[in-house]
Amino acid sequence: MDLSVKLPGLDMKNPILPASGCFGFGREFSNFYDLSKLGGITMKAATLHARYGNPTPRVAETASGMLNAIGLQNPGVAKIIQEEVPFLAQFDTKIMANIAGSTAEEYIEVAKSFNDTDDVHALELNISCPNVKEGGIQFGTDCMMAASITEQVKKASRHPVYVKLSPNVSNIGEMAKAVEAAGADGITMINTLTGMQIHLPSKRPLIANKTGGLSGPAIKPVAVRMIYEVKQQVNIPIIGMGGISTAEDVLEFLLAGASAVAVGTANFQNPCVCSEIIDELPQVLECYGFNSVQETIGKGIQ
Amino acid sequence: MIKKEFMEIISNKEIALDTFELVLKNKYVSQAAGPGQFLHISLPGHTLRRPISIASVDPDACTVTTIFKVIGSGTKALSFCKEGEMIDVLGPGGNGFSLENEAGSRILLVGGGIGVPPLYYLGKQLAAQGHKIVSVLGFQNKESVFYEERFKEFGEVHIATDNGSYGTKGFVTDVIGNIGEIDRYYTVGPIPMLRAVTEKLAGTPGYISLEERMGCGIGACYACVIPLKGEEHGYRKICSEGPVFEANEVAL
Ligand SMILES: Cc1cc2nc3c(=O)[nH]c(=O)nc-3n(C[C@H](O)[C@H](O)[C@H](O)COP(=O)(O)OP(=O)(O)OC[C@H]3O[C@@H](n4cnc5c(N)ncnc54)[C@H](O)[C@@H]3O)c2cc1C
Ligand SMILES: Cc1cc2nc3c(=O)[nH]c(=O)nc-3n(C[C@H](O)[C@H](O)[C@H](O)COP(=O)(O)O)c2cc1C
Ligand code: FES
Repeated sequence: MDLSVKLPGLDMKNPILPASGCFGFGREFSNFYDLSKLGGITMKAATLHARYGNPTPRVAETASGMLNAIGLQNPGVAKIIQEEVPFLAQFDTKIMANIAGSTAEEYIEVAKSFNDTDDVHALELNISCPNVKEGGIQFGTDCMMAASITEQVKKASRHPVYVKLSPNVSNIGEMAKAVEAAGADGITMINTLTGMQIHLPSKRPLIANKTGGLSGPAIKPVAVRMIYEVKQQVNIPIIGMGGISTAEDVLEFLLAGASAVAVGTANFQNPCVCSEIIDELPQVLECYGFNSVQETIGKGIQ
Repeated sequence: MIKKEFMEIISNKEIALDTFELVLKNKYVSQAAGPGQFLHISLPGHTLRRPISIASVDPDACTVTTIFKVIGSGTKALSFCKEGEMIDVLGPGGNGFSLENEAGSRILLVGGGIGVPPLYYLGKQLAAQGHKIVSVLGFQNKESVFYEERFKEFGEVHIATDNGSYGTKGFVTDVIGNIGEIDRYYTVGPIPMLRAVTEKLAGTPGYISLEERMGCGIGACYACVIPLKGEEHGYRKICSEGPVFEANEVAL
């Protein structure tokens, strides 16, 4: 069974990557399995300077999912390049750096910093994080701003640039077309859906940031629908994510139009989930009559 | 090292009000776990695992005992788990208590509610090293008290209940003023209690164990951080660098 897929900058042995923010910088998961097994790895968001993030509680469980408002806590791009990228570079897998910022200038600076390393193979422009007050989400919900920042980062970076779309918009297709026109090499989707949970004993929002991003199986149908729509409107590849936890889920995303997938929240329930999905994927593809991952992509679209 | 393991339920019984003692069998965890470490337990129908402290181990019988209180749907589901069933855990998690003390120290253990269980394993080990143990355990009421006899196996025990239905009426801090000189303390419980205890014992070296809502439980998601004292952007992850910290290390 041929599981390989070839996307800009990401020539991968299989279509499975852990999603940004759900895998740290890989260290913890390397205790559970050999990370060389993965098609690629998306690192946790990098900002120009170290960030502490939001107050706690930062996570809450929901029916079939969770809310999070971590707030982009990270050690800053320089430390990530110095300390985390070399660790990941030991493994035979592709590395995608997720970049974030409060201003367009910050995104550009972070993107430029990654020009210094050959061990990062692509950038994922996180214009869709719902958990930071400035920047982040605004870039991701306004077509003009999304296009403008994509164009600027493309100019600044020597790596292929994937733009991560927010589902918190009324017309996802317009966003996708705007970033494609601005030069994006690919799209990753979806980020989390903004949600809230009220804690009954205190009668207040449970998450300290009040709102958080909903992820996990609860958002899977939204992700599949959006990928299915976007696939018909753009010609750049899509990395799909949102609630994936089994090899069957992966096939569903591929059929909807994703060329590769990322697994997020499921890593918390089962730290070995990406490895297990990779093991199970050939049987699932065979069971549904496929001989390769390549031939499944977009097959669900009539 | 933390591993993903299946553990067989040997027994699961209510030992106090809404409080269950769960005995699990697994060779690796029973031999690798130290006091203060926890199990990150997966429950069917729940996206996130539940962290529960290790209350004691028996490496010869390959068993690990935990004590949990039914708080919400996860711990309720755990209370329904039956003998013979297998549960999926990550364990042992986190960094436990340091056992390094000067020979013959007088050591104070202060536990509040579900903070009591990890102190039992700790107290047993410290007593075996020859230290003198004094335990001050706080509970809501008489019906919630558990393990008093067990703690008496290795030292002096004082119980406080919020409503005075058993032991001293009041909080653990009302008792710890009257127990005499101590060389070190270890405390586990809700944050307001930890704050009160660390303030009261400010001159004495101590260790605290913290709780926070967790995502991954292994140090990857940054859900469970606590700021370091007096250092901008400084933090520790409770799941992997804690849950045990030196009393002055983090900002409570
Ligand atoms: C390191 C550590 C050790 C612990 N040891 C014990 C123990 O030995 N015995 C015991 O009874 N309890 C212990 N707890 C608390 C226990 O994890 C919570 O009571 C439990 O997760 C509640 O789950 P629930 O589904 O019943 O409640 P819900 O309120 O429905 O839980 C919803 C979510 O909140 C989280 N949550 C709720 N309360 C807490 C809390 N106090 N700490 C962390 N997460 C919480 C849950 O994990 C879950 O993700 C420990 C917590 C930590 C962090
Ligand atoms: C705890 C947590 C942290 C996240 N951090 C980031 C991040 O730093 N950057 C980013 O682009 N997406 C982040 N995400 C979003 C995920 O990468 C993913 O898009 C989303 O969770 C949907 O996938 P899932 O349902 O498989 O988790 C985070 C998600 C979670 C749950
Ligand atoms: S719970 Fe994920 S870092 Fe601690």
